[in-house]
Amino acid sequence: MPAERANADGLRRDALRERLALFGLGSPALLLVLVVMVLPVGWLFSLSFLSDEGALSLEHYRRMLEQPSYARIFVTTFQVSALTTGICIALGYPLAYVLSQLPRRAANLCMIGVLLPFWTSLLVRTYAWLVLLQRQGVINGWGIELGLWSEPLPLVHNLAGTLIGMVHIMLPFLILPLYGTMRAIDRDYVKAAANLGAGPVRAFWQVFFPLSLPGLFGGALIVFILCLGFYVTPAVLGGGRVIMVSNRIATDIELFFNWGAASALGVVLLVLTLGLLYAAARLVRLDGVLGGHGT
Amino acid sequence: MSWLSRPATETQITHGGRLWLYAVAALVMIFLVVPTLIVVPMSFSDSQYLEFPPRRWSLRWYANYAGSTEWVQATFTSLKAAFLTMLVATPLGTMAAYGLFASRLRWVRPVYVLLVTPIVVPVILVGIGVFYAYAKLKLVNTLLGIVLAHTMLAVPLVLLIVTSALKSYDMNQEMVARSLGASRPRAFFKVTLPQIRFAVATGAILSFLTSFDEVIVALFVSGGANSTLTRSMFNALRDQIDPTIAAISTIMIVVTTVLLALAQALGRQRQGS
Repeated sequence: MPAERANADGLRRDALRERLALFGLGSPALLLVLVVMVLPVGWLFSLSFLSDEGALSLEHYRRMLEQPSYARIFVTTFQVSALTTGICIALGYPLAYVLSQLPRRAANLCMIGVLLPFWTSLLVRTYAWLVLLQRQGVINGWGIELGLWSEPLPLVHNLAGTLIGMVHIMLPFLILPLYGTMRAIDRDYVKAAANLGAGPVRAFWQVFFPLSLPGLFGGALIVFILCLGFYVTPAVLGGGRVIMVSNRIATDIELFFNWGAASALGVVLLVLTLGLLYAAARLVRLDGVLGGHGT
Repeated sequence: MSWLSRPATETQITHGGRLWLYAVAALVMIFLVVPTLIVVPMSFSDSQYLEFPPRRWSLRWYANYAGSTEWVQATFTSLKAAFLTMLVATPLGTMAAYGLFASRLRWVRPVYVLLVTPIVVPVILVGIGVFYAYAKLKLVNTLLGIVLAHTMLAVPLVLLIVTSALKSYDMNQEMVARSLGASRPRAFFKVTLPQIRFAVATGAILSFLTSFDEVIVALFVSGGANSTLTRSMFNALRDQIDPTIAAISTIMIVVTTVLLALAQALGRQRQGS
Protein backbone atom coordinates (compact mmCIF):
# COMPACT_ATOMS: atom_id res chain seq x y z
CA MET A 1 0.00 0.00 0.00
CA PRO A 2 2.68 2.61 0.92
CA ALA A 3 4.11 2.36 -2.60
CA GLU A 4 0.73 3.18 -4.12
CA ARG A 5 0.23 6.07 -1.72
CA ALA A 6 3.63 7.47 -2.67
CA ASN A 7 2.65 7.15 -6.28
CA ALA A 8 -0.63 8.99 -5.79
CA ASP A 9 1.11 11.73 -3.83
CA GLY A 10 3.66 12.11 -6.58
CA LEU A 11 0.93 12.37 -9.20
CA ARG A 12 -0.89 14.97 -7.18
CA ARG A 13 2.32 16.94 -6.74
CA ASP A 14 2.96 16.76 -10.48
CA ALA A 15 -0.55 17.95 -11.23
CA LEU A 16 -0.20 20.84 -8.84
CA ARG A 17 3.16 21.78 -10.31
CA GLU A 18 1.68 21.79 -13.78
CA ARG A 19 -1.26 23.92 -12.71
CA LEU A 20 1.15 26.38 -11.13
CA ALA A 21 3.18 26.49 -14.33
CA LEU A 22 -0.02 27.21 -16.30
CA PHE A 23 -0.93 29.89 -13.82
CA GLY A 24 2.52 31.34 -14.43
CA LEU A 25 1.56 31.98 -18.05
CA GLY A 26 -0.54 34.85 -16.75
CA SER A 27 2.39 36.43 -14.95
CA PRO A 28 3.70 38.68 -17.78
CA ALA A 29 0.24 40.25 -18.16
CA LEU A 30 -0.07 40.49 -14.39
CA LEU A 31 3.36 42.09 -14.11
CA LEU A 32 2.44 44.65 -16.76
CA VAL A 33 -0.80 45.61 -15.03
CA LEU A 34 1.00 45.83 -11.69
CA VAL A 35 3.86 47.98 -13.00
CA VAL A 36 1.93 50.23 -15.38
CA MET A 37 -1.35 50.57 -13.50
CA VAL A 38 -1.36 49.41 -9.89
CA LEU A 39 1.98 50.92 -8.87
CA PRO A 40 1.45 54.36 -10.49
CA VAL A 41 -2.12 54.61 -9.21
CA GLY A 42 -0.94 53.47 -5.77
CA TRP A 43 1.67 56.19 -5.93
CA LEU A 44 -1.08 58.71 -6.57
CA PHE A 45 -2.93 57.35 -3.59
CA SER A 46 0.05 57.96 -1.34
CA LEU A 47 0.58 61.46 -2.80
CA SER A 48 -2.96 62.42 -1.88
CA PHE A 49 -2.20 61.84 1.80
CA LEU A 50 0.92 64.03 1.85
CA SER A 51 0.94 67.76 2.46
CA ASP A 52 2.93 70.04 0.16
CA GLU A 53 5.83 69.82 2.63
CA GLY A 54 5.78 66.03 2.48
CA ALA A 55 4.24 65.33 5.87
CA LEU A 56 1.36 62.92 6.33
CA SER A 57 -1.88 64.88 6.23
CA LEU A 58 -5.44 64.97 5.01
CA GLU A 59 -5.26 68.58 3.85
CA HIS A 60 -6.11 67.79 0.23
CA TYR A 61 -9.27 66.01 1.29
CA ARG A 62 -10.11 68.74 3.76
CA ARG A 63 -9.75 71.34 1.04
CA MET A 64 -12.03 69.30 -1.16
CA LEU A 65 -14.71 69.46 1.53
CA GLU A 66 -14.17 73.13 2.32
CA GLN A 67 -13.85 74.69 -1.12
CA PRO A 68 -17.21 75.04 -2.84
CA SER A 69 -15.49 74.82 -6.25
CA TYR A 70 -14.76 71.14 -5.61
CA ALA A 71 -18.28 70.42 -4.45
CA ARG A 72 -19.51 72.05 -7.66
CA ILE A 73 -17.33 69.75 -9.76
CA PHE A 74 -18.78 66.67 -8.12
CA VAL A 75 -22.30 68.01 -8.51
CA THR A 76 -21.64 68.71 -12.21
CA THR A 77 -20.16 65.26 -12.70
CA PHE A 78 -23.18 63.57 -11.13
CA GLN A 79 -25.65 65.78 -12.99
CA VAL A 80 -24.04 65.20 -16.37
CA SER A 81 -23.76 61.46 -15.75
CA ALA A 82 -27.36 61.16 -14.55
CA LEU A 83 -28.72 63.24 -17.46
CA THR A 84 -26.71 61.22 -19.97
CA THR A 85 -27.99 57.98 -18.46
CA GLY A 86 -31.58 59.23 -18.52
CA ILE A 87 -31.42 60.34 -22.15
CA CYS A 88 -29.71 57.07 -23.11
CA ILE A 89 -32.59 55.13 -21.55
CA ALA A 90 -35.20 57.27 -23.30
CA LEU A 91 -33.52 56.83 -26.69
CA GLY A 92 -32.08 53.35 -26.29
CA TYR A 93 -35.08 51.50 -24.93
CA PRO A 94 -37.38 52.00 -27.95
CA LEU A 95 -34.56 51.14 -30.37
CA ALA A 96 -33.56 48.00 -28.47
CA TYR A 97 -37.24 47.03 -28.27
CA VAL A 98 -37.79 47.33 -32.02
CA LEU A 99 -34.49 45.57 -32.78
CA SER A 100 -35.38 42.69 -30.47
CA GLN A 101 -38.55 42.04 -32.51
CA LEU A 102 -36.91 42.13 -35.93
CA PRO A 103 -35.88 38.90 -37.62
CA ARG A 104 -32.37 37.93 -36.54
CA ARG A 105 -30.72 38.74 -39.83
CA ALA A 106 -32.17 42.25 -40.04
CA ALA A 107 -31.42 42.84 -36.36
CA ASN A 108 -27.79 41.83 -36.85
CA LEU A 109 -27.52 44.26 -39.75
CA CYS A 110 -28.92 47.08 -37.61
CA MET A 111 -26.54 46.07 -34.83
CA ILE A 112 -23.66 47.00 -37.11
CA GLY A 113 -25.17 50.49 -37.16
CA VAL A 114 -25.25 50.52 -33.37
CA LEU A 115 -21.69 49.24 -33.16
CA LEU A 116 -20.29 51.61 -35.78
CA PRO A 117 -20.06 54.54 -33.38
CA PHE A 118 -18.90 52.13 -30.67
CA TRP A 119 -15.68 51.51 -32.55
CA THR A 120 -15.18 54.76 -34.44
CA SER A 121 -12.49 56.85 -32.88
CA LEU A 122 -13.80 58.98 -30.05
CA LEU A 123 -12.04 62.04 -31.43
CA VAL A 124 -13.55 61.59 -34.88
CA ARG A 125 -17.03 61.55 -33.36
CA THR A 126 -16.28 64.52 -31.13
CA TYR A 127 -15.01 66.43 -34.16
CA ALA A 128 -18.11 65.48 -36.14
CA TRP A 129 -20.37 66.91 -33.43
CA LEU A 130 -18.29 70.05 -33.27
CA VAL A 131 -18.75 70.53 -37.01
CA LEU A 132 -22.49 69.82 -36.83
CA LEU A 133 -23.33 71.87 -33.76
CA GLN A 134 -21.18 75.01 -33.97
CA ARG A 135 -22.67 78.44 -34.67
CA GLN A 136 -21.92 78.27 -38.38
CA GLY A 137 -22.45 74.50 -38.30
CA VAL A 138 -24.65 72.26 -40.37
CA ILE A 139 -27.58 72.05 -37.94
CA ASN A 140 -27.76 75.81 -37.33
CA GLY A 141 -27.40 76.38 -41.07
CA TRP A 142 -30.29 74.09 -41.93
CA GLY A 143 -32.45 75.28 -39.05
CA ILE A 144 -32.17 78.91 -40.14
CA GLU A 145 -32.59 78.09 -43.83
CA LEU A 146 -35.79 76.17 -43.08
CA GLY A 147 -37.00 78.98 -40.86
CA LEU A 148 -37.16 76.87 -37.70
CA TRP A 149 -35.18 79.46 -35.76
CA SER A 150 -33.64 82.79 -36.78
CA GLU A 151 -30.56 83.19 -34.59
CA PRO A 152 -27.85 80.48 -34.38
CA LEU A 153 -28.63 78.35 -31.34
CA PRO A 154 -25.80 77.79 -28.85
CA LEU A 155 -25.56 74.03 -29.31
CA VAL A 156 -21.93 73.45 -28.46
CA HIS A 157 -19.30 74.63 -25.97
CA ASN A 158 -21.91 74.20 -23.26
CA LEU A 159 -23.90 71.55 -21.39
CA ALA A 160 -26.10 70.73 -24.38
CA GLY A 161 -23.12 69.93 -26.59
CA THR A 162 -21.52 67.82 -23.89
CA LEU A 163 -24.72 65.84 -23.36
CA ILE A 164 -25.24 65.24 -27.08
CA GLY A 165 -21.68 63.96 -27.45
CA MET A 166 -21.82 61.78 -24.35
CA VAL A 167 -25.19 60.24 -25.20
CA HIS A 168 -23.84 59.40 -28.66
CA ILE A 169 -20.88 57.62 -27.10
CA MET A 170 -22.77 55.81 -24.35
CA LEU A 171 -25.89 54.65 -26.22
CA PRO A 172 -24.31 51.39 -27.49
CA PHE A 173 -23.32 50.49 -23.91
CA LEU A 174 -27.00 50.67 -22.98
CA ILE A 175 -28.43 49.07 -26.09
CA LEU A 176 -26.18 45.99 -26.16
CA PRO A 177 -27.10 44.46 -22.78
CA LEU A 178 -30.71 45.62 -23.12
CA TYR A 179 -31.06 44.02 -26.55
CA GLY A 180 -29.58 40.76 -25.23
CA THR A 181 -32.05 40.67 -22.34
CA MET A 182 -35.04 41.49 -24.57
CA ARG A 183 -34.12 38.79 -27.09
CA ALA A 184 -34.03 36.23 -24.30
CA ILE A 185 -37.53 37.08 -23.04
CA ASP A 186 -39.94 34.28 -23.77
CA ARG A 187 -42.63 35.80 -26.03
CA ASP A 188 -45.16 33.31 -24.72
CA TYR A 189 -45.50 35.41 -21.56
CA VAL A 190 -46.72 38.33 -23.63
CA LYS A 191 -49.00 36.03 -25.60
CA ALA A 192 -50.42 34.63 -22.36
CA ALA A 193 -51.08 38.16 -21.10
CA ALA A 194 -52.89 38.96 -24.35
CA ASN A 195 -54.92 35.77 -24.14
CA LEU A 196 -55.96 36.69 -20.63
CA GLY A 197 -57.32 39.96 -21.93
CA ALA A 198 -54.50 42.46 -21.47
CA GLY A 199 -54.30 45.16 -24.12
CA PRO A 200 -50.98 45.96 -25.79
CA VAL A 201 -50.12 48.73 -23.34
CA ARG A 202 -50.94 46.68 -20.29
CA ALA A 203 -49.13 43.58 -21.60
CA PHE A 204 -46.06 45.70 -22.20
CA TRP A 205 -45.94 47.45 -18.84
CA GLN A 206 -47.00 44.51 -16.69
CA VAL A 207 -45.20 41.68 -18.46
CA PHE A 208 -42.52 42.72 -20.94
CA PHE A 209 -41.10 45.75 -19.18
CA PRO A 210 -40.44 44.07 -15.80
CA LEU A 211 -38.73 41.19 -17.60
CA SER A 212 -36.44 43.61 -19.44
CA LEU A 213 -35.43 45.44 -16.26
CA PRO A 214 -32.25 43.45 -15.50
CA GLY A 215 -30.76 44.43 -18.88
CA LEU A 216 -31.93 48.02 -18.51
CA PHE A 217 -30.54 48.24 -15.02
CA GLY A 218 -27.18 46.70 -15.93
CA GLY A 219 -26.80 48.89 -19.01
CA ALA A 220 -27.82 52.07 -17.19
CA LEU A 221 -25.38 51.38 -14.36
CA ILE A 222 -22.52 50.86 -16.78
CA VAL A 223 -23.41 54.05 -18.62
CA PHE A 224 -23.54 56.02 -15.39
CA ILE A 225 -20.25 54.60 -14.09
CA LEU A 226 -18.38 55.18 -17.34
CA CYS A 227 -19.76 58.73 -17.55
CA LEU A 228 -18.15 59.63 -14.22
CA GLY A 229 -14.69 59.33 -15.78
CA PHE A 230 -15.33 61.28 -19.00
CA TYR A 231 -12.64 63.69 -20.08
CA VAL A 232 -12.44 64.30 -23.83
CA THR A 233 -16.10 65.11 -24.56
CA PRO A 234 -16.58 67.72 -21.82
CA ALA A 235 -13.17 69.20 -22.65
CA VAL A 236 -13.96 69.69 -26.35
CA LEU A 237 -17.77 69.93 -26.62
CA GLY A 238 -18.14 71.59 -23.22
CA GLY A 239 -15.68 74.28 -24.25
CA GLY A 240 -14.40 74.76 -20.69
CA ARG A 241 -17.89 75.43 -19.32
CA VAL A 242 -18.56 71.85 -18.22
CA ILE A 243 -15.87 70.80 -15.77
CA MET A 244 -16.07 67.20 -14.67
CA VAL A 245 -13.75 65.49 -12.19
CA SER A 246 -11.37 64.23 -14.88
CA ASN A 247 -11.07 67.70 -16.41
CA ARG A 248 -10.26 69.23 -13.05
CA ILE A 249 -7.62 66.54 -12.42
CA ALA A 250 -5.98 67.34 -15.74
CA THR A 251 -5.99 71.12 -15.12
CA ASP A 252 -4.63 70.65 -11.60
CA ILE A 253 -1.63 68.92 -13.15
CA GLU A 254 -1.16 70.71 -16.46
CA LEU A 255 -1.62 74.25 -15.14
CA PHE A 256 -0.94 74.16 -11.42
CA PHE A 257 1.36 71.14 -11.02
CA ASN A 258 -0.73 70.42 -7.95
CA TRP A 259 -0.23 66.67 -7.66
CA GLY A 260 -1.70 66.47 -4.17
CA ALA A 261 -5.05 67.98 -5.16
CA ALA A 262 -5.21 65.99 -8.39
CA SER A 263 -4.43 62.74 -6.59
CA ALA A 264 -7.05 63.33 -3.92
CA LEU A 265 -9.67 63.96 -6.62
CA GLY A 266 -8.45 60.85 -8.43
CA VAL A 267 -8.78 58.72 -5.31
CA VAL A 268 -12.36 59.87 -4.79
CA LEU A 269 -13.18 59.21 -8.46
CA LEU A 270 -11.62 55.76 -8.35
CA VAL A 271 -13.35 54.79 -5.11
CA LEU A 272 -16.70 55.98 -6.49
CA THR A 273 -16.20 54.10 -9.76
CA LEU A 274 -15.01 50.83 -8.27
CA GLY A 275 -17.54 51.02 -5.43
CA LEU A 276 -20.47 51.46 -7.81
CA LEU A 277 -19.09 48.77 -10.08
CA TYR A 278 -18.78 46.36 -7.17
CA ALA A 279 -22.35 47.09 -6.15
CA ALA A 280 -23.45 46.64 -9.76
CA ALA A 281 -21.59 43.34 -10.11
CA ARG A 282 -23.50 42.00 -7.11
CA LEU A 283 -26.78 42.88 -8.77
CA VAL A 284 -26.20 41.94 -12.42
CA ARG A 285 -23.74 39.98 -14.49
CA LEU A 286 -21.37 42.41 -16.17
CA ASP A 287 -19.23 40.07 -18.28
CA GLY A 288 -20.99 40.81 -21.52
CA VAL A 289 -21.41 44.50 -20.91
CA LEU A 290 -17.81 45.66 -20.87
CA GLY A 291 -15.38 45.87 -23.71
CA GLY A 292 -15.35 49.46 -24.86
CA HIS A 293 -12.40 51.75 -24.66
CA GLY A 294 -11.28 54.92 -22.97
CA THR A 295 -13.43 57.98 -23.12
CA MET B 1 -51.64 49.09 -46.61
CA SER B 2 -52.21 45.51 -45.52
CA TRP B 3 -48.93 45.48 -43.60
CA LEU B 4 -50.13 48.40 -41.50
CA SER B 5 -53.20 46.56 -40.30
CA ARG B 6 -51.39 43.32 -39.61
CA PRO B 7 -50.67 42.50 -35.94
CA ALA B 8 -47.10 43.36 -34.95
CA THR B 9 -46.80 41.32 -31.75
CA GLU B 10 -48.64 38.69 -29.80
CA THR B 11 -50.88 41.41 -28.36
CA GLN B 12 -52.69 42.15 -31.63
CA ILE B 13 -51.31 45.67 -31.85
CA THR B 14 -50.98 46.52 -35.53
CA HIS B 15 -47.88 47.89 -37.23
CA GLY B 16 -49.96 50.96 -38.08
CA GLY B 17 -50.80 51.42 -34.40
CA ARG B 18 -47.18 51.72 -33.47
CA LEU B 19 -45.70 53.55 -36.41
CA TRP B 20 -44.52 56.17 -33.92
CA LEU B 21 -42.31 53.52 -32.32
CA TYR B 22 -40.66 52.74 -35.66
CA ALA B 23 -40.17 56.45 -36.25
CA VAL B 24 -38.46 56.86 -32.88
CA ALA B 25 -36.24 53.84 -33.49
CA ALA B 26 -35.30 55.12 -36.94
CA LEU B 27 -34.45 58.57 -35.57
CA VAL B 28 -32.24 57.06 -32.87
CA MET B 29 -30.56 54.92 -35.51
CA ILE B 30 -29.91 58.06 -37.60
CA PHE B 31 -28.56 59.82 -34.51
CA LEU B 32 -26.13 56.92 -34.00
CA VAL B 33 -24.90 56.49 -37.55
CA VAL B 34 -25.13 59.75 -39.51
CA PRO B 35 -23.00 62.21 -37.48
CA THR B 36 -19.90 60.05 -37.86
CA LEU B 37 -20.40 59.48 -41.57
CA ILE B 38 -21.21 63.09 -42.45
CA VAL B 39 -17.54 63.96 -41.95
CA VAL B 40 -16.60 61.86 -44.98
CA PRO B 41 -18.27 63.99 -47.71
CA MET B 42 -17.35 67.17 -45.86
CA SER B 43 -13.68 66.28 -46.00
CA PHE B 44 -13.85 66.55 -49.81
CA SER B 45 -15.17 70.10 -49.65
CA ASP B 46 -13.31 72.95 -51.30
CA SER B 47 -14.40 75.44 -48.69
CA GLN B 48 -12.61 76.70 -45.61
CA TYR B 49 -15.95 76.53 -43.80
CA LEU B 50 -17.23 73.03 -43.39
CA GLU B 51 -20.54 72.78 -45.17
CA PHE B 52 -22.86 69.97 -46.02
CA PRO B 53 -23.43 69.19 -48.78
CA PRO B 54 -20.18 70.73 -50.08
CA ARG B 55 -20.70 73.16 -52.97
CA ARG B 56 -17.42 72.37 -54.69
CA TRP B 57 -15.37 69.24 -54.35
CA SER B 58 -11.63 69.08 -53.91
CA LEU B 59 -8.84 67.12 -52.31
CA ARG B 60 -7.20 70.18 -50.83
CA TRP B 61 -7.56 69.07 -47.20
CA TYR B 62 -5.99 65.73 -48.04
CA ALA B 63 -3.14 67.55 -49.79
CA ASN B 64 -2.85 69.74 -46.71
CA TYR B 65 -2.58 66.65 -44.54
CA ALA B 66 -0.05 64.89 -46.73
CA GLY B 67 2.02 68.05 -46.97
CA SER B 68 2.26 68.56 -43.22
CA THR B 69 5.26 66.81 -41.68
CA GLU B 70 3.69 67.18 -38.24
CA TRP B 71 0.52 65.27 -39.17
CA VAL B 72 2.35 62.62 -41.19
CA GLN B 73 4.85 62.04 -38.41
CA ALA B 74 2.04 61.76 -35.86
CA THR B 75 0.27 59.23 -38.10
CA PHE B 76 3.38 57.10 -38.29
CA THR B 77 3.87 57.28 -34.52
CA SER B 78 0.27 56.14 -34.00
CA LEU B 79 0.58 53.30 -36.50
CA LYS B 80 3.88 52.16 -34.97
CA ALA B 81 2.49 52.31 -31.43
CA ALA B 82 -0.67 50.46 -32.45
CA PHE B 83 1.26 47.76 -34.29
CA LEU B 84 3.69 47.20 -31.43
CA THR B 85 0.83 47.19 -28.92
CA MET B 86 -0.88 44.51 -30.98
CA LEU B 87 2.33 42.46 -31.15
CA VAL B 88 2.79 42.51 -27.37
CA ALA B 89 -0.79 42.52 -26.09
CA THR B 90 -2.00 39.57 -28.20
CA PRO B 91 0.45 36.93 -26.90
CA LEU B 92 0.33 38.35 -23.37
CA GLY B 93 -3.47 38.29 -23.26
CA THR B 94 -3.71 34.88 -24.91
CA MET B 95 -1.14 33.38 -22.54
CA ALA B 96 -2.96 34.79 -19.55
CA ALA B 97 -6.34 33.59 -20.83
CA TYR B 98 -5.09 30.07 -21.50
CA GLY B 99 -3.02 29.80 -18.31
CA LEU B 100 -5.77 31.07 -16.03
CA PHE B 101 -8.41 29.00 -17.77
CA ALA B 102 -6.46 25.73 -17.73
CA SER B 103 -4.91 25.97 -14.27
CA ARG B 104 -8.24 26.06 -12.40
CA LEU B 105 -6.55 27.26 -9.22
CA ARG B 106 -8.34 29.08 -6.45
CA TRP B 107 -6.58 32.42 -7.03
CA VAL B 108 -7.60 32.57 -10.67
CA ARG B 109 -10.68 34.69 -10.01
CA PRO B 110 -8.95 37.62 -8.23
CA VAL B 111 -6.11 37.62 -10.78
CA TYR B 112 -8.63 37.64 -13.62
CA VAL B 113 -10.49 40.55 -12.04
CA LEU B 114 -7.24 42.46 -11.56
CA LEU B 115 -6.31 41.90 -15.20
CA VAL B 116 -9.65 43.32 -16.46
CA THR B 117 -9.68 46.37 -14.16
CA PRO B 118 -7.86 48.61 -16.68
CA ILE B 119 -11.15 48.62 -18.64
CA VAL B 120 -13.06 50.30 -15.82
CA VAL B 121 -10.46 52.47 -14.11
CA PRO B 122 -11.01 56.07 -15.29
CA VAL B 123 -8.36 56.59 -17.96
CA ILE B 124 -7.35 59.97 -16.58
CA LEU B 125 -5.97 58.17 -13.50
CA VAL B 126 -3.93 55.81 -15.65
CA GLY B 127 -2.80 58.88 -17.61
CA ILE B 128 -1.51 60.92 -14.71
CA GLY B 129 -0.26 57.87 -12.77
CA VAL B 130 1.75 56.68 -15.74
CA PHE B 131 2.95 60.23 -16.40
CA TYR B 132 4.22 60.48 -12.83
CA ALA B 133 5.99 57.11 -13.01
CA TYR B 134 7.43 57.77 -16.48
CA ALA B 135 8.80 61.14 -15.36
CA LYS B 136 10.94 59.25 -12.83
CA LEU B 137 11.89 56.53 -15.32
CA LYS B 138 12.60 58.97 -18.18
CA LEU B 139 9.98 57.29 -20.35
CA VAL B 140 7.89 60.39 -21.11
CA ASN B 141 7.67 61.12 -24.85
CA THR B 142 9.11 57.71 -25.78
CA LEU B 143 7.51 55.14 -28.02
CA LEU B 144 8.29 52.44 -25.44
CA GLY B 145 6.32 54.36 -22.83
CA ILE B 146 3.25 54.66 -25.06
CA VAL B 147 3.38 51.01 -26.09
CA LEU B 148 3.67 49.81 -22.47
CA ALA B 149 0.68 51.86 -21.36
CA HIS B 150 -1.43 50.94 -24.40
CA THR B 151 -0.57 47.27 -24.03
CA MET B 152 -1.80 47.41 -20.46
CA LEU B 153 -5.10 48.87 -21.73
CA ALA B 154 -5.38 46.29 -24.53
CA VAL B 155 -4.52 43.08 -22.64
CA PRO B 156 -7.94 42.93 -20.90
CA LEU B 157 -9.75 42.92 -24.25
CA VAL B 158 -7.66 40.03 -25.58
CA LEU B 159 -8.13 38.23 -22.27
CA LEU B 160 -11.93 38.62 -22.37
CA ILE B 161 -12.25 37.51 -25.99
CA VAL B 162 -9.89 34.53 -25.80
CA THR B 163 -11.34 33.36 -22.48
CA SER B 164 -14.83 33.34 -23.94
CA ALA B 165 -13.55 31.30 -26.88
CA LEU B 166 -11.88 28.82 -24.52
CA LYS B 167 -15.14 28.41 -22.62
CA SER B 168 -16.77 26.96 -25.71
CA TYR B 169 -13.71 24.86 -26.55
CA ASP B 170 -13.42 21.28 -25.32
CA MET B 171 -10.18 21.03 -23.33
CA ASN B 172 -10.36 17.24 -23.49
CA GLN B 173 -9.04 17.45 -27.03
CA GLU B 174 -5.77 18.67 -25.62
CA MET B 175 -5.77 15.78 -23.14
CA VAL B 176 -6.17 13.39 -26.04
CA ALA B 177 -3.21 14.93 -27.84
CA ARG B 178 -1.11 14.67 -24.73
CA SER B 179 -2.09 11.09 -24.02
CA LEU B 180 -0.89 10.37 -27.57
CA GLY B 181 2.51 11.74 -26.62
CA ALA B 182 2.35 15.46 -27.43
CA SER B 183 3.97 17.81 -24.93
CA ARG B 184 1.77 20.51 -23.43
CA PRO B 185 3.13 23.32 -25.64
CA ARG B 186 2.85 21.11 -28.73
CA ALA B 187 -0.70 20.16 -27.81
CA PHE B 188 -1.53 23.84 -27.39
CA PHE B 189 -0.03 24.97 -30.70
CA LYS B 190 -1.25 21.99 -32.74
CA VAL B 191 -4.70 21.40 -31.25
CA THR B 192 -5.97 24.32 -29.17
CA LEU B 193 -4.59 27.38 -30.94
CA PRO B 194 -5.94 26.47 -34.40
CA GLN B 195 -9.41 26.26 -32.89
CA ILE B 196 -9.28 29.57 -31.03
CA ARG B 197 -7.31 31.41 -33.72
CA PHE B 198 -10.21 33.61 -34.79
CA ALA B 199 -10.67 34.85 -31.25
CA VAL B 200 -6.95 35.54 -31.02
CA ALA B 201 -7.03 37.43 -34.32
CA THR B 202 -10.06 39.46 -33.20
CA GLY B 203 -8.21 40.28 -29.99
CA ALA B 204 -5.22 41.41 -32.04
CA ILE B 205 -7.37 43.72 -34.19
CA LEU B 206 -9.09 45.21 -31.16
CA SER B 207 -5.78 45.82 -29.39
CA PHE B 208 -4.51 47.62 -32.49
CA LEU B 209 -7.62 49.83 -32.45
CA THR B 210 -7.37 50.40 -28.69
CA SER B 211 -3.94 51.91 -29.11
CA PHE B 212 -4.74 53.72 -32.37
CA ASP B 213 -7.77 55.48 -30.82
CA GLU B 214 -6.42 56.12 -27.34
CA VAL B 215 -6.38 59.83 -26.42
CA ILE B 216 -5.92 60.51 -22.73
CA VAL B 217 -2.80 58.50 -21.88
CA ALA B 218 -1.24 59.71 -25.12
CA LEU B 219 -1.96 63.31 -24.09
CA PHE B 220 0.15 62.88 -21.00
CA VAL B 221 2.98 60.60 -22.07
CA SER B 222 3.47 61.25 -25.78
CA GLY B 223 4.95 64.39 -27.22
CA GLY B 224 7.58 65.95 -29.42
CA ALA B 225 8.60 63.67 -32.25
CA ASN B 226 6.61 60.85 -30.65
CA SER B 227 3.31 62.73 -30.52
CA THR B 228 0.45 60.45 -31.52
CA LEU B 229 -2.20 61.35 -34.07
CA THR B 230 -4.90 61.48 -31.39
CA ARG B 231 -2.81 63.86 -29.28
CA SER B 232 -2.27 66.23 -32.20
CA MET B 233 -5.94 66.01 -33.13
CA PHE B 234 -7.09 66.76 -29.59
CA ASN B 235 -4.89 69.83 -29.39
CA ALA B 236 -6.07 71.01 -32.80
CA LEU B 237 -9.72 70.55 -31.76
CA ARG B 238 -9.30 72.81 -28.78
CA ASP B 239 -7.89 75.63 -30.92
CA GLN B 240 -10.04 75.84 -34.03
CA ILE B 241 -11.97 73.75 -36.49
CA ASP B 242 -9.43 72.98 -39.18
CA PRO B 243 -10.96 71.09 -42.14
CA THR B 244 -7.73 69.08 -42.36
CA ILE B 245 -9.06 67.15 -39.38
CA ALA B 246 -12.07 66.11 -41.49
CA ALA B 247 -9.64 64.51 -43.93
CA ILE B 248 -7.76 62.79 -41.10
CA SER B 249 -11.04 61.66 -39.56
CA THR B 250 -12.06 60.10 -42.86
CA ILE B 251 -8.78 58.21 -43.03
CA MET B 252 -9.31 56.99 -39.45
CA ILE B 253 -12.87 55.89 -40.25
CA VAL B 254 -11.57 53.90 -43.23
CA VAL B 255 -8.85 52.22 -41.13
CA THR B 256 -11.34 51.34 -38.38
CA THR B 257 -14.00 50.08 -40.78
CA VAL B 258 -11.58 47.85 -42.67
CA LEU B 259 -10.23 46.34 -39.46
CA LEU B 260 -13.70 45.82 -37.99
CA ALA B 261 -15.01 44.26 -41.17
CA LEU B 262 -12.08 41.89 -40.91
CA ALA B 263 -12.94 41.10 -37.28
CA GLN B 264 -16.59 40.61 -38.24
CA ALA B 265 -15.62 38.21 -41.04
CA LEU B 266 -13.42 36.31 -38.61
CA GLY B 267 -16.28 36.14 -36.13
CA ARG B 268 -18.59 34.67 -38.75
CA GLN B 269 -16.00 32.05 -39.63
CA ARG B 270 -15.62 31.29 -35.95
CA GLN B 271 -19.32 30.64 -35.65
CA GLY B 272 -19.25 28.52 -38.76
CA SER B 273 -16.43 26.23 -37.68
